[in-house]
Amino acid sequence: MTSNAFIAFQKNEETRCIVEAIVDDNPDAVVVDQPAMVKVDVPGRLVIKRATVEEKMGRDFDLQELQLHLITISGHLDESDDEFTLSWEA
Amino acid sequence: MDMKVSKKLGLKERYTMMTRDLAWDTTFQPMDKVFPQVGYEGIKIHDWDKWEDPFRLTMDAYWKYQAEKERKLYAILDAFNQNNGHLSVTDARYINVLKLFLGSTPPLELMAARGFSMVARQMVGAGPRVACMMQSVDEYRHFQTQIHSISNYNRFYNGLDEFAHQQSRMWYLSDGKSFFDDAITAGPFEFMVAIGFAFEYVLTNILFVPFISGAAYNGDMAAMTVGFSAQSDEARHMTLGLECIKFMLEQDPDNLPIVQRWIDKWTWRGTRKLASVGMMMDYMLPKRIMSFKEAWEIYFEQNGTALFTDLARYGVKVPKCFGQTIEEKEHITHQSWIGFYMKPDACPFHTWIPAPDELDWLSEKYPNTFDKYYRPVLEHFDRQEKAGKRFNNKTQPMNCQVCVSTIKFNEPGDPMEMCFRETVYKGEKFHFCSDHCKEIFENEPEKYVQTFISSHAALQGKCEPEGTDVNAHDYRPGARMHAYWRMDKRATGDFNGSEDQKNFAKWRAQATKN
Repeated sequence: MTSNAFIAFQKNEETRCIVEAIVDDNPDAVVVDQPAMVKVDVPGRLVIKRATVEEKMGRDFDLQELQLHLITISGHLDESDDEFTLSWEA
Repeated sequence: MDMKVSKKLGLKERYTMMTRDLAWDTTFQPMDKVFPQVGYEGIKIHDWDKWEDPFRLTMDAYWKYQAEKERKLYAILDAFNQNNGHLSVTDARYINVLKLFLGSTPPLELMAARGFSMVARQMVGAGPRVACMMQSVDEYRHFQTQIHSISNYNRFYNGLDEFAHQQSRMWYLSDGKSFFDDAITAGPFEFMVAIGFAFEYVLTNILFVPFISGAAYNGDMAAMTVGFSAQSDEARHMTLGLECIKFMLEQDPDNLPIVQRWIDKWTWRGTRKLASVGMMMDYMLPKRIMSFKEAWEIYFEQNGTALFTDLARYGVKVPKCFGQTIEEKEHITHQSWIGFYMKPDACPFHTWIPAPDELDWLSEKYPNTFDKYYRPVLEHFDRQEKAGKRFNNKTQPMNCQVCVSTIKFNEPGDPMEMCFRETVYKGEKFHFCSDHCKEIFENEPEKYVQTFISSHAALQGKCEPEGTDVNAHDYRPGARMHAYWRMDKRATGDFNGSEDQKNFAKWRAQATKN
């Protein structure tokens, strides 16, 4: 069974756009709503693309801004200017 | 938002220039003399430049984002306090979960800050040094924001004001204290496994994610903002811990058995510490969101399995205790709550018997164990309390020599039997809560014979308020524990009939009526 990579954010206007971007870019994403927070599970590999987030927000976005809203992550992280990726080796 | 980072350089180049390129090798003194601690534990490192910091956070970006987090946090905290937010929590029992959480956690955050500033000095590579320095500042931030959060509640409720004094003296605070004392007195790499891996990965996910989400559900914006703001740093901390484990395993195959033993040891220590966090979720949040068992399955079993499946490529095996923790997830929170309930005079927070609908919730969430083992005990206590005979155990607890939890958990495979282990070292007998703690002791007996256990030391006359004559005729060891603890009597006893309960009802009525 493939392990889930996941990320959780505080629930707010910015993360609403970020979660929408994740859902667009990760077809297997499962969004779990919890009080004050939202968690997204993706089997194997979860990617957040800067371009998609910018499109959702309608403004420039630096992926390091994710730090403001992060609650937790699972998976090995790789971060560049354009993509923030969490993955488990199967 | 005023936080655009210059786009002139890419993230990776910026990180390289601002972190790696600012480091240098010493020449007046050889490097191994300047950094001796990294060799003490037997870990072999050949190339420190192989350490990757996946967040690639540079100091300038760090200050910018942390400042923004602080502004958000204090805006919420101020609004909560200005709005009499403490009266909007679900009910006054909720305050007791804060007494336990905020009464135990800040001193541990401070120990983590100290530990990471030590390790930041001890590590050789620029990558881990900078990451450890950032984590040290983070932990200091958590320590301070938690205390700021206490101060508003402390104006209204009893039992919050002596947490710093009680940290080293109170029986039930000893397990957390001993976790950090053990980690900080180990070497830098073991400290990283203890805190970066076991504490951050195993424990903070449960403490700061479902528990804090629960605080939000119970109307406590103050604990929610402090908890989530802290947890926004923890994602970076977990990454650091995981990176350290991968780095050690990739550097030399001889590191594997050492790392494996630390993973076994610290996963177990983290698990033991979690019993009280789980109890907070299952018993102390009036509005519940998720049982400890469910949180354990998501954040430890599934997430831990993902991690250990991944680490299997280095030869790492799942921690030895994994199977036992799965069995225990259905028991430990009930055993912990019953343990605290039985000692109403010895805690600066109140306990109570859950209401009938809450007992039903527990029955539903723990179908294999609650009705069979624990509900009858709680219902018995309830009948005793209603008959005016509230259970009150006035004896000192017995604590485990390694994890310093009170010995109260069950024998594996037999929920009706309490688990005790003992071993003799240099003619002296030592007691443990489990096989895992006994094994940890036997690996490092010279370290653990020094464990300070206040409930045992009290019987030797070592825990007395100043001015006590332990040689007096009528001296009775442990008779003045309340003074030694600086216990506020108003904060003790059952929730029913407490000053907090009366005040909360009175103030809430004032807040909603003229």
